Amino acid sequence: MMQDVLPFIDECRDRSEPLAVATVVRTYGSAPRQVGSKMVVSQNGAMAGSVSGGCVEGAVFEECQLALKTGQPKLLTFGVSNEQAWEVGLACGGTIEVFVERLDW
Amino acid sequence: MRYNKHMIFDTLREAIAAERPVALATVIEGQPLGAKLLIDPNGAQGSLGDADLDAQVQADALTLLDAETSESRSYTASQGTVTVLIEVYPPPPHLIIVGAVHTAIPLTTCAKQLGFRVTVVDPRGTFATNERFPDADELVVEWPDEALPNLRLDRSTYVAVLTHDPKLDDPAVQIALKYPVRYIGAIGSPKTQAKRKQSLLEAGVTPEELERIHGPIGLPLGSKTPAEIAISILAEMIAVRRGKRLGPVTT
Repeated sequence: MMQDVLPFIDECRDRSEPLAVATVVRTYGSAPRQVGSKMVVSQNGAMAGSVSGGCVEGAVFEECQLALKTGQPKLLTFGVSNEQAWEVGLACGGTIEVFVERLDW
Repeated sequence: MRYNKHMIFDTLREAIAAERPVALATVIEGQPLGAKLLIDPNGAQGSLGDADLDAQVQADALTLLDAETSESRSYTASQGTVTVLIEVYPPPPHLIIVGAVHTAIPLTTCAKQLGFRVTVVDPRGTFATNERFPDADELVVEWPDEALPNLRLDRSTYVAVLTHDPKLDDPAVQIALKYPVRYIGAIGSPKTQAKRKQSLLEAGVTPEELERIHGPIGLPLGSKTPAEIAISILAEMIAVRRGKRLGPVTT
């Protein structure tokens, strides 16, 4: 929810530090966070909020850093993790879609 | 940029802080990717790149705002198929308890846990005290017919009428019925309910309006203690808030 990350956004904007926002936009099956859940990442690498139970935040963080550089929004899909080692996925068996964008609107 | 920098975010930020209903729509698939439309009951700001799409999304956003549900939907626009995330920010729910009675104490405490702002209204200053209601956001020591019209009575408002005294309960119900509040519950046995309905009808309330009253208040859990009654009232409020239709009341 936006309310969860507003204090962090305010802090960063007070310092004029650019931000990227990741938002859960769709979920299929069991998913840890509901649509609208947000994670915010600052250019310095500070972050607040979450989009899952910790399963995909690492990958989303990288995409946020990329969005900060390019300004290009992106829709990401994370499915269930399979047996391939180290692949990012959701242990709960659901699928989530996360929209990543630079906060310049 | 299609709009001034931070304009949409600033308006969203202000609306959330002021607890005004607001929704934010974003193109998440298709073009223009990332475009925004901010919607409130009075209008919209920004654009998703197509006037007809803006109008459709604006209407859908107001419906979703009332249902307190954020979701992504697909639309066919002049630029092709797009998916739009509609995030809703309804004001926080507000419970108005009429009657600073014993049941109102656990009701206040548990409602706070569920994220409600809680106002307790009772003209009897010996009942409506901070010592008895440390968790209440607001105590209003006035008659309900004076107090209620000064409070916000909209789709985020829930009214629980608990005094057992028709001099207090009936005017409170009658005033709440004049507003689009989401929930009105009134305490009392089926006999008390029948008596109240009769006096409200005589006061000019229509039979359709009477259908809005949940009475006897709360789900029939077999509650005995004040805390159990509080839970049954909150359970009913949750069902109403989440749009869950419940079957006929069983004894």
